[in-house]
Amino acid sequence: MKSCLVVDDSRVVRKVARRIAEDLGFSCIEAEDGKQAYEACQKSMPDAILLDWNMPVMSGIEFLEKLRQMEGGSYPKVVFCTTENNVAHIKRALQAGANEYIMKPFDSEIIENKFRQVGLIEG
Amino acid sequence: MLWQERFELNTMRLTDFDIYRDLLKEKSGLIITQDKIYLLESRLGPVAKKWGYPGLEALTLALQGAPKPELVNDVVEAMTTNETSFFRDTRPFDQFKAVILPKIMEKRAATKKIRIWCAAASSGQEPYSLVMILEEMKAKLPGWKVEILATDISNDILAQARQGVYTQFEVQRGLPIQMLMTHFVQDGDKWQISDAVKKQVTFQKFNLLDNMSALGRFDIIFCRNVLIYFDEPTKRGVLERMAKQCENDGFLLLGGAETVLGITEEWRLLPEQRGLYVRKDSPHLTTAPAVSKTASA
Ligand SMILES: C[S@@+](CC[C@H](N)C(=O)[O-])C[C@H]1O[C@@H](n2cnc3c(N)ncnc32)[C@H](O)[C@@H]1O
Repeated sequence: MKSCLVVDDSRVVRKVARRIAEDLGFSCIEAEDGKQAYEACQKSMPDAILLDWNMPVMSGIEFLEKLRQMEGGSYPKVVFCTTENNVAHIKRALQAGANEYIMKPFDSEIIENKFRQVGLIEG
Repeated sequence: MLWQERFELNTMRLTDFDIYRDLLKEKSGLIITQDKIYLLESRLGPVAKKWGYPGLEALTLALQGAPKPELVNDVVEAMTTNETSFFRDTRPFDQFKAVILPKIMEKRAATKKIRIWCAAASSGQEPYSLVMILEEMKAKLPGWKVEILATDISNDILAQARQGVYTQFEVQRGLPIQMLMTHFVQDGDKWQISDAVKKQVTFQKFNLLDNMSALGRFDIIFCRNVLIYFDEPTKRGVLERMAKQCENDGFLLLGGAETVLGITEEWRLLPEQRGLYVRKDSPHLTTAPAVSKTASA
């Protein structure tokens, strides 16, 4: 089973995202901020990361930059999932190594679509 | 009896329903059944209002006389379903890139011209997706001229397509983020497709029930998710007239729930390629490579 790390400081968003990812066949772990996410990745690299931008302690973009420098850190497919919806943010995320980008609000169809595009699910 | 229950439940009289059913079938091929009365009512209310009729009954009466073509047109347009998305279903666009273009480029190496027809283009996502693929392959297409004609029965939806402005929701359905960055400009909470993409598509009103010969001949025809609304004789008519507009080595793509099987002999499924058809006299049928087990689902 593929694994998905859901990183968001909102419990509600984590819950919704987790449900969607689980329905797509992923086993999920949650992190409340970039730091927790980083620690989770040190323990074990997930296949997918759904990543919020603005979080206390460590932001999504900081986490991503760190992740891509970790050993094995180029492996996870990172999909940003944030209310930041302007070109500058999106370009910065892509530059930092994001594979896809979702502008909130999202629904299950969008997540499924993006996961498919980055090759996390088949068909 | 169910029929009577419906009669009581719905405000529209069944004789009125017959008027709309006949009109829609004649003008656009759309088949509606009695269980869609609610849809008629909800979509035609605004049309009645626009034309200053107090309600649906008055609209129905007007349609029974000698209605203005514009009124009939509004009724037809109101009943179309325009659901679409960028790279809808993925597979047809993969086939376009990996199967169709290589074959057509081989056949047209001398003229370097390709004509594509999106026959039910809706708000433009389908033809624009094709342009974005062509842009990606630009390096392989030096000196090639690719013409894309995108048609639809609805003026309203064509106006939207020409504008090329999409909501955040629409650009997140099927469109890779890289393509959004490359081909769109953000405008408030909307996304505008670039002029460079837009100018590669010609939008034109066209009813699939009409004579197609003036459109000329095409190498590739996308006719997706429109035949599902027609009855079998109408499907057959469209498919057979389309075969005449297609070069004998050209291609036809249908929607996921559509097929030529049991409808017409003019088109054949390209072996191992779901949803991709060629003419019955197509050279691709005889030169198809030996069956490989990996491709189809
Ligand atoms: C569901 S959309 C399909 C859009 C796109 N091809 C796709 O697959 O996503 C169907 C379109 O067919 C158009 N349509 C319906 N009847 C038609 C007719 N008789 N001639 C031309 N277009 C028609 C509608 O206006 C609508 O935009």
